[in-house]
Amino acid sequence: MSQGQNDAELRLVTPGMAIGPSAGKRIGSGAIAHNDEIIATKLGWAREFNSTVSVDPINSSYIPRSGDLIVATVAEVRNNLWFMNINGSFQGLLPMSLAPWKVEFGAAREHMGIGDVALARVQEVDECHNVVLTMKGIGLRRLNQGALLTIPVNHIDRIKGVENSRLERLKSASDCRIIVGQNGKIWVDGDAKGIDWAREAINIAQKSGHKSTFDAEMSAHENNAPNRGDE
Amino acid sequence: MGGYGDIKLLREDGLRLDGRKIDEMRPVSIEVGILPAADGSAMVTQGLNVAVAAVYGPMEAHPRKIQRQDRAVIDVRYNMAPFSTSDRIRPGYNRRSREISKVTAEALESVVLVERFPRSKIRVEIEILAAEAGTRCAGLTAAAMALADAGIPMRDLIVGVASGKVENIVVLDLDKAEDNYGQADLPVGILPNTGEIAFLQMDGDLSPEEFDLAMEYNFKAAGEIHEIMVEALKKKYEGGEN
Repeated sequence: MSQGQNDAELRLVTPGMAIGPSAGKRIGSGAIAHNDEIIATKLGWAREFNSTVSVDPINSSYIPRSGDLIVATVAEVRNNLWFMNINGSFQGLLPMSLAPWKVEFGAAREHMGIGDVALARVQEVDECHNVVLTMKGIGLRRLNQGALLTIPVNHIDRIKGVENSRLERLKSASDCRIIVGQNGKIWVDGDAKGIDWAREAINIAQKSGHKSTFDAEMSAHENNAPNRGDE
Repeated sequence: MGGYGDIKLLREDGLRLDGRKIDEMRPVSIEVGILPAADGSAMVTQGLNVAVAAVYGPMEAHPRKIQRQDRAVIDVRYNMAPFSTSDRIRPGYNRRSREISKVTAEALESVVLVERFPRSKIRVEIEILAAEAGTRCAGLTAAAMALADAGIPMRDLIVGVASGKVENIVVLDLDKAEDNYGQADLPVGILPNTGEIAFLQMDGDLSPEEFDLAMEYNFKAAGEIHEIMVEALKKKYEGGEN
């Protein structure tokens, strides 16, 4: 639970439910003001922090924002750009000028084809949801091997933990390289045993990420880590 | 819908043929998240009606001619399964399903914050697995629940509920016989928190007083169904806490 709030301020709300009076409060995500009241617009947990009332949704789609690090899959290739599936409402567009390679016009397929996976960053999102991606940047690259897993976008912070603490534990326990994209796509690379273990951990986050039992389930799973005895 | 002469729809003790009081609705049960592949889903059982709704999206609207630059479009497809009634229903879109899809989409557009998703489409599929009158209401309730389950932002839920008139008496939640042989039917989509009406249709004739009474029954039933909806949403995530 975040600092600055208490149990009374944390409750499950459904769309249309009044969270409280809007006077003196700021409206955060998942809520709107209506007739001097704050109304939840999503199913989720109502929170108040620093006078800002918001709803942490239990289920949510990925809304791309500029600067997001994402794991994207090539959906379509043209002569000079790639259309990438970013697990959102719209495809992202990766022009050849923002690819990490020198690409000749018409040769985009030689670098990435349909189904290939890449680590990219959201360069720009306009008001009409046009998403431009870039692969120019440190660490941004095509991901040639490993497994691609998915978790709900609102559970990403759960799998990462406070200041990435849980993610670091998962990496060392599984002995795998793990990249958590902010679009809910997770790339895992390592030996088969480690990938299976990481996959199971992500399944736990998927099923129980919103539950109070999540930490206990995850700790129990970490105790069965393939690499635990080596530490 | 003018009534059918000597067909008795009310018993001598004042109760209806299935034993309900005139202002009593059929038992309602709701379950959410029943289809793992969908972004959101729900099943509503109301009497012998079974309605399943699935929501996909928001996604890029295709074909592009249906895109709206300032908002999402809600694409609703209501369908009755061929086995949903004793007379086999011919599969595919027909005039009735087209009409119900349209009014349901318009009702949902009034609660979904469509302006948050320009150029997008939210696909809502409503499948009636078993029908016993009032399927558009059960389908609307299921669609609202599926949208909430999918995390689509909405300013309120919608409850679909109907009243009607049989033997010159206003009754709540018509069953099949009452729907077929009654004098009027008044299905309404109600926003339970604000009390607004998202859609209203009327088949048959009601006097102003009968209309007011039917709406009173509808609002009462909407409150009861809303409680069941909230419980169903909470039940799926019970024990949840970040």
